[in-house]
Amino acid sequence: MSTATGRTAGLVDRLYATFDSPRRQMLLMVAIVVVMAVLPLVMGRYATTIMTNALLYVVLALGLNIVVGYAGLLDLGYAAFFAVGAYSIGILTVQFDWNFWLAIPPALVAACLAGVIIGGPTLRLRSDYLAIVTLGFGEIVRFSARNLEITGRASGLSNIPEPSFFGYVINSYVDFYYVFLLLAVMAVIASHRLYHSRLGRAWLYVRHDEDAAEAMGINRVRVKLAAYVTGSVFGAIGGIFFSVNLGAISPESFSFEQSVLILMAVILGGMGKIPGVILGAFIIILGPELLRELGELRLLLFAVVMLLIMLLRPSGIWPERRH
Amino acid sequence: MTEPVLRVEQVESFYGKIQALRGVDIEVAPGQIIAVLGSNGAGKTTTLKTISGLVRAQVGRIHFDGEDITRLPPHEIARKGVVHVPEGRHILKGLSVQENLELGSFTVRDPAVRRERMADVFERFPILSERRHQDGSLLSGGEQQMLALGRALMHGPRVLLLDEPSMGLAPKLVTQTMRIVKQLNEAGTTILLVEQNVRLALKIAHYAYVLENGEIHNQGKASALAEDESIVQAYLGA
Repeated sequence: MSTATGRTAGLVDRLYATFDSPRRQMLLMVAIVVVMAVLPLVMGRYATTIMTNALLYVVLALGLNIVVGYAGLLDLGYAAFFAVGAYSIGILTVQFDWNFWLAIPPALVAACLAGVIIGGPTLRLRSDYLAIVTLGFGEIVRFSARNLEITGRASGLSNIPEPSFFGYVINSYVDFYYVFLLLAVMAVIASHRLYHSRLGRAWLYVRHDEDAAEAMGINRVRVKLAAYVTGSVFGAIGGIFFSVNLGAISPESFSFEQSVLILMAVILGGMGKIPGVILGAFIIILGPELLRELGELRLLLFAVVMLLIMLLRPSGIWPERRH
Repeated sequence: MTEPVLRVEQVESFYGKIQALRGVDIEVAPGQIIAVLGSNGAGKTTTLKTISGLVRAQVGRIHFDGEDITRLPPHEIARKGVVHVPEGRHILKGLSVQENLELGSFTVRDPAVRRERMADVFERFPILSERRHQDGSLLSGGEQQMLALGRALMHGPRVLLLDEPSMGLAPKLVTQTMRIVKQLNEAGTTILLVEQNVRLALKIAHYAYVLENGEIHNQGKASALAEDESIVQAYLGA
C-alpha cells in the first residue's frame, strides 16, 4: 500500500513539476481556455450548465483563495459576499427597475463595504476566533435576507431581468457559459497579478509572520482589510452573474454549506496556488455529477475521496511551492 | 552627552492589570550601544516592546528624534527607523534567506537602495549569501540570528532594538554575535541592547541601565558598571 501510494505520489509530483514553470503553465492555461471555448459546441445542455456552475465556483474559489490562501485568514462565511453581490443586483433590478449594468457598481461598492465590515472588527483576532466570527457573519447575512421585505424574505427574489449587451440579450445557457468562462479567465489573471504585486508580497509576509511583517513597517490592518475587500469583490462578481443566470435567488443559495464547499475547493486544490484552486473548484462541482449514477452513495464516496486526498496530499493536490 | 535620539520618559506599561514597567527613563545617544540588563521578568523585553509600539505605554512619553512616537502604531514606528529585532528571531518558515531579507526592505521604494542594502548585508554576512536560496528556517541558530540582523539592516534602521540576540546560541557564537553587534554600531547604527550575558553586554556597550521590577535600579557607564562586582554577580546568573 505504502509503496503504491509512494509511486503515485511520485508520478503526480513529476507531472506537476513539469507544469510548474510559468511559461508551461501559461501554455496549459491557454490550451484549457481554447478547449473550454469549444466545449459547448459538443456538449449538451445539461453538461454545459454543470460546466457553467463549475466556472462560477472557479471565480468564487479564487476569491476566497485571496483571503485564505494569500493572506492566511480563515473565512467560514464567504457565501455572504456572494450573497451581497447577488442580492444587490436582485434588489436594484427587481425592486427598483434599474438596468443590470448600472446596478453593478453599487453591487461592488456594497461588496467592499461588506469586506470592511467583516474585516474591520476581526483583524485583531487569531484564526479560531476568526472562524467563529466569519461563520456568524455569513449566517447574519443569510438570516437578514430571509427576514427583510426588500430581499423577498424566504422565497427570495425572482424575475431578475436578463441583461442585454448592446442590444444582444444574454439569456441562453450557452451565453451564460461564455460569460462565466470570461469571468473565470479574468479572475485567474487578476489573481496572478495580485500574487506578484506589492500587496501580494505583503499578504505573503503577513501570512507567514504578522509580527515580523509589522516590525518591518507593514501595516497589517490595512493589508488584511485589503484581502477581505478583494476577496469580497470576487465573490460579489460571482453573485452578480449568478443572479441573472438563474433569474431568481433565495437565501438558501448562500448557506453555510455553500461557504464550506468553496473553502473545500481552495483547500483541496492547494491553498495559494491558482491551478490548484481551479482544479479544486472543478472537483467539487464535477465530482458529485460524475458519480451521479451511484445514487445515494455518491456523496459518501465523494467524502471518502476527499478524505483520502487530504490524507495523502495534506497541502492540496497542487500545492504552493516556492523556490 | 549629545542630544538623545531616543528618549523614554517615565513610561509605565501594563499587561492587563499587571504592571510591567513602573516609570522607566532611558536615553539613547546617537551612535551608542545602550545595554538594558536585569533578571528575568524585570521588564527588559517590555521596555523594547513599548518603544516599538507592540505594548502601549499607559503613562509617560517616548520621543524619537524629537518627535513623540508614544501613540504611533508599530508599523509607523518601524517606518521612522526604530527597528525591533524581537526575541526568537521570527524567521519566515518556507521562505528563502533572500525572501526573508526582502521583507526588511519592503517599505523601501527605491529598488537601487534595496539592491545596495542586499549587497551590503551579503558582504557583512557571507554565509547568508551562500545560503540565499535556502529556507531561512533551516539555518542554524547563529545563522538565523545573522539573518534576523540582516533583515533589520535591510530596513535601514536608525535605532536597532535587539532583544537577546545571543539567546540559545553556543558560547562561541555568543561572542561572535556580540562582535557583530559591535561592528554594526561602529558602522553607525545606534543600538538598544537587551542581553542576558551581562559581561559581554557591558564589554561592548557605552552605557547601561539595570532594570528591576519594572524600575531602573541602577545605571552608569558600561565600563564603570563592569567594575562593580555586585552588579555582575547579581545578574550573571552563574
